[in-house]
Amino acid sequence: MQTQDYSLKEMMAIMAAREIRDGDIVFAGTGISMLAATAAKNINAPNCVIFFETGAIDSIIEELPLAVADPRVMYWSASNTGLLEAFATMQNRITGDRVIAILGAAQIDKYGNLNTTAIGDYHLPETRFSGSGGGCDVASFVPRCIAFMQHEKRKFVEKLDYLTSPGQLQGNGSREAAGLRPGGVNVVITNMAVMRMDSASGEMYLDQYYPGVTPETILDNMQFSVNISQAKQARPPTETELRTLRQKCDPQRLILG
Amino acid sequence: MSDNCKVMPIETSVSRFMSDGVHISIGGFTLNRNPMAAVYEIIRQGFKNLHVYAHSNGTGVDELIGAGCVDKLEIAYAGNGKTAATCIRFRKAVQEGTLKVEDYSNFMMSLRFLAGAMGVPFMPTLSGFGSEITTTWGFPEEMRQADPKMADDKLVIMDNPFGTWGDASKVLLVPAINPDVTFIHVQKADTMGTCRIDGLTFADVEQAKASRHVVVTCEELVEPDELREFPERNQIPFLHVSAVCHVPHGAYPTAVYRHYDYDAAYLRAYAAAAKDDSKFVTFQEKYLYGVQNHQSLLSLIGQERLDAIKADARTGYAVNMKRG
Repeated sequence: MQTQDYSLKEMMAIMAAREIRDGDIVFAGTGISMLAATAAKNINAPNCVIFFETGAIDSIIEELPLAVADPRVMYWSASNTGLLEAFATMQNRITGDRVIAILGAAQIDKYGNLNTTAIGDYHLPETRFSGSGGGCDVASFVPRCIAFMQHEKRKFVEKLDYLTSPGQLQGNGSREAAGLRPGGVNVVITNMAVMRMDSASGEMYLDQYYPGVTPETILDNMQFSVNISQAKQARPPTETELRTLRQKCDPQRLILG
Repeated sequence: MSDNCKVMPIETSVSRFMSDGVHISIGGFTLNRNPMAAVYEIIRQGFKNLHVYAHSNGTGVDELIGAGCVDKLEIAYAGNGKTAATCIRFRKAVQEGTLKVEDYSNFMMSLRFLAGAMGVPFMPTLSGFGSEITTTWGFPEEMRQADPKMADDKLVIMDNPFGTWGDASKVLLVPAINPDVTFIHVQKADTMGTCRIDGLTFADVEQAKASRHVVVTCEELVEPDELREFPERNQIPFLHVSAVCHVPHGAYPTAVYRHYDYDAAYLRAYAAAAKDDSKFVTFQEKYLYGVQNHQSLLSLIGQERLDAIKADARTGYAVNMKRG
């Protein structure tokens, strides 16, 4: 294992930032997703627009918000509106097709479907989570979604306890057959790897593994198996990426810890 | 203008418009602009069996659940940002089976308020196909049919009645909501009830317009003439409003853009106490039942902490405030 002078959180934020293209509209949540969005804006996609489900568009994020309703998302935005306008922007194909979203979940399956609602029986759950929030809407509308996950067997599951946000559903075109437009999670970024969805089958495959991690270790941390034949080692964060992330994006280390 | 004056104390507005079992909604979003003075007053006056409609009204909804006021909850997101990934008393109530919950998404809940505000039975969306939100019902059919204030169906999926128009094969219809009472907190209101909100409005405007009664609490209470000078900056005209209560810091411990930030220390203390039943009782006794009104809570918190969350004039929040 090579010596790392960066944390896995920093690696994850940078890997997500690299997915963001200049000019993208970036839908961010709280925590590491907001950090990835601000990292992209400061490093590789200066013209990307950060946008929140609460209705703030292109805010100046001088301090990292603790919630998508934090007053820190309201400062110097292009407009401060509300939930209806925010989700309409994603449902409307004229703007919605330019959006890339970053989501998190308690469980993910091999088709990129997400559970953020409950573990166990829905009606009397072992563990209840926050629920969809805007997650189901975003996964329904947005053509490119990144899921941030911890690579653990209990999180990469054969069958979700509750399907909150639709990915490729059961694969092979079932998403479109259900009435959804193409979209949902197509990239999964974890503390070990970057996985993607095969565009034809809708199934997850291993794209990149982080330095010091083997594809076998990754498979050991999932309930289901994925194709590892195309996997390559991920490029670690560059010095510039790290410096920008630490000094410009989260100097208070609210997310990086 | 005096005939139209709706100004009253918060205690009066709560006792006048609330009763056990009413359907309510509250404004704000997670840790921002929740009508906390109203929430605490509802709790102190002891209203129970409430039916609450929420999108992501974290702080206020969790306090209502924690005080045992809520029987049924229709909600999209029961979290409070980084201060509680899942609201703690909500989680506990659901896991123990003491709270009946119906899950929707944020867009679905917002559309339901819009439908109520527009006077139509439902609104369509292209969200949610394939999600268990559409197939798993929290409220059983019998419960829905027994309550005339609830639609018989949680939602309906149908083929697009316009064929393929709008590039959609199917539409998902969500039923309108018309709460008995909605409580919102705003930066500025006039004595007749017209409201001016700074910053994000979340779904406050649709929630207010969908409700039979609206109770507004405000940071600043002004004469109508002041808000008439720039009417385009007002979001809610007085027609919708039943009561106006002047409660400075009325959203504390949540934030009010350009006035004050959230009190991260209070929210974290709440979260820590909420994890343990006996600590939570002690917390409620001190901050909720041990104070007579919101003003007494603010005195207990102290001027020093209120100064620390005072919004900076340039950004609208407390710059470099301790939040970790």
